[in-house]
Amino acid sequence: MNNFFDDRKAKLEIYQKNYRRKKEEVEKLTIPDGIFIKCPHCGDMVVRDDYERNFRVCPKCQYHERLNPRERIKITCDSFEELYAELRSVNPLDFPGYPEKLESYRTETGEEEAAVAGIGMIGGFKVAVAVLNSFFMMGSMGSVVGEKITRLAERALKERIPLLIFSASGGARMQEGIFSLMQMAKTAAAIRKYSDAGLLYISVLTNPTTGGVLASFAFLGDIIIAEPGALIGFAGKRVIQQTIKQDLPPNFQSAEFQLEKGFVDMVVCRAKMRDTILKLLRLHEVEKWTRN
Amino acid sequence: MDKKLEDIVWEKVQLARNSKRPTARRLINYLFSEFTEMHGDRLFSDDRSVLTGIGFLEGVPVTVIAQEKGTNTREKIEHNFGMPNPEGYRKALRAMRQAEKFRRPIIFIIDTPGAYPGIGAEERGQASAIAENLAAMAGLKVPMIAIVLGEGGSGGALAIGVADETWMFENAIYAILSPEGFASILYKDVFLAKYAASVMKLTAEDLLAYGVIDMIIPEAEGGLHLNAEYSFSFLKAKLTEKVKELKSANVEELLAKRYKKFRNMGAYEERP
Repeated sequence: MNNFFDDRKAKLEIYQKNYRRKKEEVEKLTIPDGIFIKCPHCGDMVVRDDYERNFRVCPKCQYHERLNPRERIKITCDSFEELYAELRSVNPLDFPGYPEKLESYRTETGEEEAAVAGIGMIGGFKVAVAVLNSFFMMGSMGSVVGEKITRLAERALKERIPLLIFSASGGARMQEGIFSLMQMAKTAAAIRKYSDAGLLYISVLTNPTTGGVLASFAFLGDIIIAEPGALIGFAGKRVIQQTIKQDLPPNFQSAEFQLEKGFVDMVVCRAKMRDTILKLLRLHEVEKWTRN
Repeated sequence: MDKKLEDIVWEKVQLARNSKRPTARRLINYLFSEFTEMHGDRLFSDDRSVLTGIGFLEGVPVTVIAQEKGTNTREKIEHNFGMPNPEGYRKALRAMRQAEKFRRPIIFIIDTPGAYPGIGAEERGQASAIAENLAAMAGLKVPMIAIVLGEGGSGGALAIGVADETWMFENAIYAILSPEGFASILYKDVFLAKYAASVMKLTAEDLLAYGVIDMIIPEAEGGLHLNAEYSFSFLKAKLTEKVKELKSANVEELLAKRYKKFRNMGAYEERP
């Protein structure tokens, strides 16, 4: 009798073990989260590994998903040392709700401000690199973003190294009012000074680069590169539509539009961006004028 | 208290935009003798929202670059309500380069709601034109004085405003954007413009306190349109004096001072 029950118990355990394992396997297959990802642009399901390996570019529609500065630096630089991370925004206009807004973006992104700046190594070249963060208040330029760009340009001038800025910005930081506007003059002046010394500034326009950022340092590069499909323009589409009361042409204010109109040197997909930058550094014989 | 501030600021906004407020043309005629207008950017067209030319300021030749709104409907349309297209900024840049060549000081007169937001403006590179001007002005080897006459709207104003001195009429406004645009972006409601104006700190008094401008040109009670002579004569005397002073300054020092002036703009703190 005992044998009968022991036998049955043993069989049940084996069954449960197998059953459980099977259930787990089935569950894995029905959750697409780990393996597949939906392209935010075309909506197609793409293999997550392919998507990540392709630097968050959809292999089907070539949509370039926005990257945060850390991701951008990781795929661009071999090493990176951040500078000016101690700069913090204040509320110069006593603008209602601005400190709270800053705080919520700090929590959300884990970043202090909308730009990361520092010195990076790219294929053996020492380069001053800044990346704007479109996830932090739309990458808008307030005093801190302006100050970081300015300090970086001054540092790059001092060290006689190339300057590389990835822009991604909705424009001026409204909450800082006139101070924000003055960052346009400040950054443009710093870039001008850097440029007068015969040094190379490569500006990369990523999605989106608009308003006061585009109308200052972003459009002052010796070489201006854009990522495919990026929105690049001065005025907002809604404002233009309201002013002219007409439909906007297709492709309006895209990277390809800017290429056609003659305002960017090239449109380069993300997978080829690093190689393109490296090639430009070699073509400018950067190693000959760098003071290191 | 808040209500009162809102009304005070809004009154200034309306004075700055008053249809009877003198426009650049009238100020030019008052300040300069033998003003001779020059046209075109040599690239695309002649943008009528920007006037460029040469005149004598008490006997000293100066280059004048001004935004003109027009005074009646016909003129306003001709001058595109003072909203430059890229060719307007490039026309201004051409005048700046020429001023540099002939070592003439430059007087800028700012009066614009902003750079024109249109399809053509984008196609011809509005942002690029503004950026180029900002960079050019940072290194221009002649003295420059900018005067905000009515509205100083955004990058469209700054593109002729990176000067050694910036002066502002008492009831003029100067801001990152028009109060309407600001309200539309931040509150998604253009009808909150009046409230927006009160928090934007766009008055001459605010900007003087922030060190963004260097002097306020007083206006008669009720606004510039009621007694332009009062303000214009004050401005002419100050301008003559300042041009003389800046003209005798060493160019390297002038450039260093200008760089430092804009370099120091911004409000932030440093902590680990």
